[in-house]
Amino acid sequence: MSAMAVNIHAIRAIYMFEMARTWRTPLQSIVSPVVSTSLYFIVFGGAIGSHMPTIGDVPYGAFIVPGLIMLSLLTQSIANASFAIYFPKFTGTIFELLSAPVAWWEAVIAYVGAAATKSVLLGLIILLTATAFVPLRIEHPVFMLFFLVLTAMTFSLFGFIIGIWADGFERLQVIPLLVVTPLTFLGGSFYSIEMLPSFWRTIAYFNPVVYLISGFRWSFYGLADVGIAISLAMTLVFLAVCIAVVGWIFRTGYRLKN
Amino acid sequence: MGAMSPIISVSNLSKTYASGFSALKSVDLDINRGEIFALLGPNGAGKTTLISIICGLVNPSSGTVTADGHDIAKDYRAARTKIGLVPQELTTDAFETVWATVNFSRGLFGKPRNPALLEQILKDLSLWDKRDSTIRTLSGGMKRRVMIAKALSHEPQILFLDEPSAGVDVELRQDMWQLVRRLRENGVTIILTTHYIEEAEEMADRIGVISKGEIILVEDKTELMRKLGKKQLTLVLQQTMAAVPAALAQYNLALAADGEELVYTYDTKAERTGITSLLQDLASAGIRFKDLNTSQSSLEDIFVSLVRERK
Repeated sequence: MSAMAVNIHAIRAIYMFEMARTWRTPLQSIVSPVVSTSLYFIVFGGAIGSHMPTIGDVPYGAFIVPGLIMLSLLTQSIANASFAIYFPKFTGTIFELLSAPVAWWEAVIAYVGAAATKSVLLGLIILLTATAFVPLRIEHPVFMLFFLVLTAMTFSLFGFIIGIWADGFERLQVIPLLVVTPLTFLGGSFYSIEMLPSFWRTIAYFNPVVYLISGFRWSFYGLADVGIAISLAMTLVFLAVCIAVVGWIFRTGYRLKN
Repeated sequence: MGAMSPIISVSNLSKTYASGFSALKSVDLDINRGEIFALLGPNGAGKTTLISIICGLVNPSSGTVTADGHDIAKDYRAARTKIGLVPQELTTDAFETVWATVNFSRGLFGKPRNPALLEQILKDLSLWDKRDSTIRTLSGGMKRRVMIAKALSHEPQILFLDEPSAGVDVELRQDMWQLVRRLRENGVTIILTTHYIEEAEEMADRIGVISKGEIILVEDKTELMRKLGKKQLTLVLQQTMAAVPAALAQYNLALAADGEELVYTYDTKAERTGITSLLQDLASAGIRFKDLNTSQSSLEDIFVSLVRERK
């Protein structure tokens, strides 16, 4: 009994529980992000994009696809994971997780795994939706998938931290709305960093989302604002920081145990 | 582990919350294997804090706890696998079905699926008909049953029931106590906190009293009743009396009901209760009475007087 090295049953139980929640609310989980992304394509890709020059050899409508997928991926990863852990805290059902023979990293794998799974699926659905609006090419499909999964995991982990930190629904929204959304819009979802005046370009390099979008766009078109190695390194650094913070949270019981 | 070693051993356990409130002060407590242990205490005495620490919900400030020989901090997996908890608050996943939530609990505690066992648990708790209902559609009593089913889903050896009767109707209370007795017959150790002292009196093998973060008494229930149990003989007089006659001073009698009753308090365990001589002396003093009755102090009286003594 005590030789239970990994509580596989618990990881599966949490993961399945979280996935079941998604299928129960398909409108909120799947349909609404697809609809809002489609609106971006119609407005930026169709209406405005037809008046924009190509960037490199990529039409503007196609150029914004990786950025739009990233926008949804970041927003949804954070929303999924933060809600998944905040809601049990809010209702009190988290007592069961805390009293269970579950290691912190097992809980993280299950919650973050489920949140990341959802946002990867969503990213792929948006990608499919995009093909209905603009011609797409993917030069490095394996890297594209890898980057999709890595980003989903990293930001689900970030969302998980927000969910634990939040002590009210407002706080749950503050970081996504006031930090992540602006960083994503300013991170080159809709333009190349090269288009910015040099002062703002320098500022932009402090925005971590720039590296995500740039790396992801490279996997589509071979175009990048920053080197792909740097993109990858920055993402991994952020992932490592998030893992460290989550480990600390569970070791100290911060916001979980009195 | 010998059969006689305690299944839960709490030693020198203290908890001071960030607010500075000291909820537990150096508590030592052993729970015997297979017993029903009732923890009594007024609100804020530290009952829930103690349970929460043992179950892993609250970090202790100092001290250690072992469950079936496993340290709850160092060997938390083995310790927690043994423990089931039914908390005081009805905290359930409103949108889940009964069946899904009970399955979830079993998995969370590291046990493989076992539909037959869960079916039995749900039937025992009269929940089987409700297995496909979402929890929010259930009544409060039914939700309480779901909480119990979740706690039993992983076949714990130790079951904590924190105020299990709070807001529960008579029928469920009786079902619950039947279940508790059945669990005890199967070797499960049960620790409950309650405000219903008659419940502890009826159910428990041993009783612990906690007050202001300290365990002030742990005793076998029958022993406790015997030791602290005082009996009172009430004599209803034919004629009211203004004062107890000096001839009867040695009995420490009290006048009650505006002089209509004489009350004699005596110790049931004493060799001589003094009743015979009291009655003789009453007769020789010419005091006549029309009725008499005796009453034994309940656990509640004992409890109230114990807690009062500490204040």
